[in-house]
Amino acid sequence: MTVTWQNLADAMSLGAIYALMAVGIGLVFGVLRLVNFAYGQLVMAGAFALALASQWNWPVWAGIALCFAVVIVLSFAMDWLVFRPLRGHSPAVMLVATFAVAFLLENVALLWFGALGKIATSVASLNQPWAISGVDIRKISIVSIVVAGLCLLALRVLIERTTVGLHMQAASMDFTTARMLGVRANRVITFAVLLSGLLAGVVAVLLTVQNPLVTPDFALRDTIIVLAGVVLGGMNRIVPATIGGFAIGFASGLLGGALPTTQSQYLDSFLFAAVILVLVVRPGGLFTRARAVERV
Amino acid sequence: MRRAVGLQQLLGPVTLVVVAALLGTLVSASTQSYFTDTLVNVAMVVALYVFIGNSGVLSFGHISFVAIGAWTAGVLSVPVSEKPAIMPDLFHFLRTTTTGNVPSLALAAAVGGVCALVVALPLMRLSGLAAGIATFGVLEITHNVLQYENRIGPGLNTFSSVPETTDLRQAAIGAVLVIAVAWAYGRSRFGRLLRASREDSAAARAVGVSVYRQRLIAFAVSGALAGFAGGLEVHLLPVNTESMYLDLTFITLAMLVVGGATSLWGAVVGALAVSALDSYLAVAENGTSLFGWHVDFPSGTRELVVGALMALVLIVRPGGLTGGREFKLWPR
Repeated sequence: MTVTWQNLADAMSLGAIYALMAVGIGLVFGVLRLVNFAYGQLVMAGAFALALASQWNWPVWAGIALCFAVVIVLSFAMDWLVFRPLRGHSPAVMLVATFAVAFLLENVALLWFGALGKIATSVASLNQPWAISGVDIRKISIVSIVVAGLCLLALRVLIERTTVGLHMQAASMDFTTARMLGVRANRVITFAVLLSGLLAGVVAVLLTVQNPLVTPDFALRDTIIVLAGVVLGGMNRIVPATIGGFAIGFASGLLGGALPTTQSQYLDSFLFAAVILVLVVRPGGLFTRARAVERV
Repeated sequence: MRRAVGLQQLLGPVTLVVVAALLGTLVSASTQSYFTDTLVNVAMVVALYVFIGNSGVLSFGHISFVAIGAWTAGVLSVPVSEKPAIMPDLFHFLRTTTTGNVPSLALAAAVGGVCALVVALPLMRLSGLAAGIATFGVLEITHNVLQYENRIGPGLNTFSSVPETTDLRQAAIGAVLVIAVAWAYGRSRFGRLLRASREDSAAARAVGVSVYRQRLIAFAVSGALAGFAGGLEVHLLPVNTESMYLDLTFITLAMLVVGGATSLWGAVVGALAVSALDSYLAVAENGTSLFGWHVDFPSGTRELVVGALMALVLIVRPGGLTGGREFKLWPR
């Protein structure tokens, strides 16, 4: 196993992207107690928007704008049509429902674009290598890390320093009490859905640059791995969830790049075996301080 | 009277399966395959119900045991003469053994049950989301291992040359058998204790129910039934790792949820209803006439409609079509 700088940068950037997805999933979970399995399909929709834009020869900025528009409209639609009617149901029912939505959206994409998918060429220029003191590193790796870092920073300021951010924090701790103290439920939820959609848009752009071939199962694998990472880190709080997402992305990126194929084919098995092991030992998550109270 | 109620809960689902099988004998051979498929689906969904329905804990991992059962039955029933051509890297004892139809199904159930028990030993300590993700992990691991482990099966290739012994009759017998086991389990002390823990875990614990042990038993029983259903499936169609992965997990969960996850009746009704719709759409994708118009549904419509239906049922009627209640002839 040999680790090159490119491996390390790739692993960092994958970790950064997964951290963003983890935050996107964690924000909605915080206020709705809902694990959004269909989060990857938001990313997929954004990626298809980019691919379409490049097919129509739109400039890059217009493509990215279209991507964000599609993702945000879709996430609000999801909130209105699915999350809202399901509020208050058991987490298992909601998980199955978002599973259904994921499947539905994947098949919409399949009907619309076919199984072979589309290629987003316009943003591919970012995929070129950059020579930094004799070491070649793909531009997108650096860009992903920087963008993800900035997003997380902005998010932190937003959550810690603004009123609606504080409301969101309160709601994710105890929604009932927060409402009694004057937090407007719908506004907080809308805000969380918006933020989560924005993050999905960012992830869509970054992932599409790295992997310009957009297929209906785009980001599906990533979502499964990120979900495992989020639960691994600790679902209840944003920071542990983010660390969990980063850790699992970094680990899978590093091992996947550095191991020879004969060994890396079983990477998924080891990854999920590790996840199961951690869950059995610490069901509340790896990076949470308090002992999780078992809710049956 | 109580015995009569219990018997109804068995006879309702069984009658439905028998009627479906009899309907299947009336149609052409090509349409009959949809009925056979439907009955195998009933077996799978009832296997899922035994754990998910009775315990109330979600499992995304049961298709692993279906796959394990399919692999067991498939590897054991390919004729020895054809094994080197399709699966050259098999373990020696697998390469030199071939069993008949019934032993292969029994072994599929046994291996599925043992695997489920082993998996359940650590996993049943979890509940809620952690359990959901962990069972998902089991599915991922099984899929990954079966894909690349050429010593126990065809790996990435499709299972060919398995004798196609699952006809309508075998599928119907299999489905009835699975329903009977599920019913007997549900009526037993174990099934009742587990349902008690589903309704109120704290109260069940207070009267001395070991939730862990009850879930363990249910998971093993349900894994054995899933393995058996996988055996039926491999004797019906050439399967591969992709056909026993996310899509099958989704469709079987959809059937269970649409029918009503908390009852045997719901599992059977859901499996039959969704399969019927799915088969109709599959036929319709090849062109059909609807209210006098000729319609060609593009391929992919099936999954679309089933996904939408599942989301709709969850939103409008979270208890499923049957409301999660058992079959009863006369409401009291």
